[in-house]
Amino acid sequence: MADYLAAGDQPDILFWVGCAGSFDDRAKRISKAFSDILAKCGIKFAILGQEESCTGDPARRAGNEFLFQMMAYQNIQVLNGYEVKKIVTACPHCFNTLKNEYPELGGNYEVIHHTQLLQELLDQGKIKLSDASKFKGKRVTYHDSCYLGRANNVYEAPRSLLAALDVDLAEMGRSKKTGMCCGAGGGQMFKEEENGKERINTNRTKEALDTGAEIIVANCPFCTTMLEDGVKSYEKQTEVKVLDIVELLNSSI
Amino acid sequence: MTIILFSLLFFGVIFFSYKKYHRIYFNIKLGKDYSNPNPTSEKLKNMALIALGQKKMFSRPISAIFHFFIYVAFVFTQLELLEILLDGFTGSHRMIGHALLDYCPAIYSTLINLIEILSLLALIATFIFLSRRNLLKLPRLNMDELKGWPMKDANIILIGEILLVFGIFLMNSAESAWLINSNGTGYHFILSSVFALLFTSFSADALQMLSQLGWWLHLIGIFGFILYLPYSKHLHILLAFPNAYLTNPNAKGQINYMPEIYNEIKSMMGEAVEASDPNAIPKFGARDITDLSQKNLLDAYACTECGRCTSACPANQTGKKLSPRKIMMDTRDRMEEVGRLMEVNNNEWKDDGKSLLHNYISVEELRGCTTCNACVEECPVNISPLDIIVQLRRNLIMEESNSPQEWNGMFGNIENNGAPWKFAQSERANWVNS
Repeated sequence: MADYLAAGDQPDILFWVGCAGSFDDRAKRISKAFSDILAKCGIKFAILGQEESCTGDPARRAGNEFLFQMMAYQNIQVLNGYEVKKIVTACPHCFNTLKNEYPELGGNYEVIHHTQLLQELLDQGKIKLSDASKFKGKRVTYHDSCYLGRANNVYEAPRSLLAALDVDLAEMGRSKKTGMCCGAGGGQMFKEEENGKERINTNRTKEALDTGAEIIVANCPFCTTMLEDGVKSYEKQTEVKVLDIVELLNSSI
Repeated sequence: MTIILFSLLFFGVIFFSYKKYHRIYFNIKLGKDYSNPNPTSEKLKNMALIALGQKKMFSRPISAIFHFFIYVAFVFTQLELLEILLDGFTGSHRMIGHALLDYCPAIYSTLINLIEILSLLALIATFIFLSRRNLLKLPRLNMDELKGWPMKDANIILIGEILLVFGIFLMNSAESAWLINSNGTGYHFILSSVFALLFTSFSADALQMLSQLGWWLHLIGIFGFILYLPYSKHLHILLAFPNAYLTNPNAKGQINYMPEIYNEIKSMMGEAVEASDPNAIPKFGARDITDLSQKNLLDAYACTECGRCTSACPANQTGKKLSPRKIMMDTRDRMEEVGRLMEVNNNEWKDDGKSLLHNYISVEELRGCTTCNACVEECPVNISPLDIIVQLRRNLIMEESNSPQEWNGMFGNIENNGAPWKFAQSERANWVNS
């Protein structure tokens, strides 16, 4: 972002990478795939790099409102400083926080999730699927993340991408509005689960595996981690992959 | 004589129910002010769709249909109740019926027959509800939090409904039998004229008495219902309406923000803020029901303990302690307790050493929540258990510093490195070249 500023230019869109996308080895591959597609489509985009900080989502949901607002304040200062208008992010938690929770604190931007931008690019013909047959007829299932789905009612954009890839989509019983959580939200990602009879991610993964899918498609780096762990717990990691939609798309261009 | 007895009962019920309903209003007012930014037209639309139209019930169609039978029967029977009340005050018999009989008898018969058919459907639904709760033992209706009073409450209401319907049919059938025996003309009751065949051997006096008995049974059932409602989960039949009206218009993912903290942050960052009262000690999050909003408290009274929230909760489904329904039941129980204590202390609050947090809702329950909004999505009357959970979590973290060790680490990392993990902020863009 600073480079654009130095050149007296403005990008079309800011790619908010998020903590997982920046630091988690698995999620970095999602960031890579997404930035690859943006570059291929000739989108002028920027990242904040070192100037980006946690949106404060896990702190807020754990109950630490003070820390959340502190992070929000800092991020809004940076974003407003660069006069950012439009943000895209590959993390539904960042998406929800930036879109719904920053306006009250003075941060007003048009915020979209990467699946929404990808759908737009596909509809505009900017994404050309040259290798679409790669996933044709492949049995996949799609996991709605809570923060893209129920929290923001985005159910169709990711499914339309899957339709474009011509996959054999096997929906789980609990999908869309009744989608089952992966177990990571509300700060759970950063602590041990409470005592119970099973783990949330293995419960959800079992449902995904029961569809007979070869690929479990996710839209959130935290879900991806949780579901991958779930697949490993059933020792299915060689047969079943957990991938973000953008990874499917990027390998089909 | 009947008129006097009826009037005494009627005004007695008004007096005692006013006291109790007023107490509920008082209890809800113990919460913090709540304002809903939704325009009135949207609020009315929500009320029409969600409360009147029961839109969200239909995500589970079978129970929705049977619930709908009871609901519609209940609404239409109020028309008959109007006549019962008029008859009670004037000592007349089927006042509206007679008025219409000379004028347009079809209207009255149609109405009564509609009520009869709906009552039968409601009766069937009631038996199904009783059996799925007590015989089939549907999991969501047989959880630990329902043991004791909540289970009894549910059954009392269902049995009460059977008595109400029984009263109506007894009244109409006995009268029908009397009409058949005396070759009289009058009303034709579509179902009761069939039931009447059971009574045709009875004497005219006995039939009149039976009809009177049915009338009293229904009436006493209704009066009992009005008095019982405020003690019961069944209060939802009234409070579903204001609750749906006050549906939160924001995206479900948006958590309520705390302006008092925003002021602290701004002043910390050297921005000018409105001077706040230096003597006011800010309290962060909710510890007891008085810290919650009036909407949260209304939610608790509007809850009918159906348990859809809990059956959809990922924590509960995997055996954790958290049950969103219990959050609502605890909030109501605590509110009732506070209300009772205040009632004996001239509406002044004397600390009883208890609070919603800890005494009712445990830390372990709160820690189980993934904020996934499944409970909020499920609730047929748009209650948000999540809103209460987050406010209690805030109190744990910001007032008690009661946080799991890993969360303290996460907070520290966010504060110092701008990420929940221990990575240097300077390395944030390294993924680009990795």
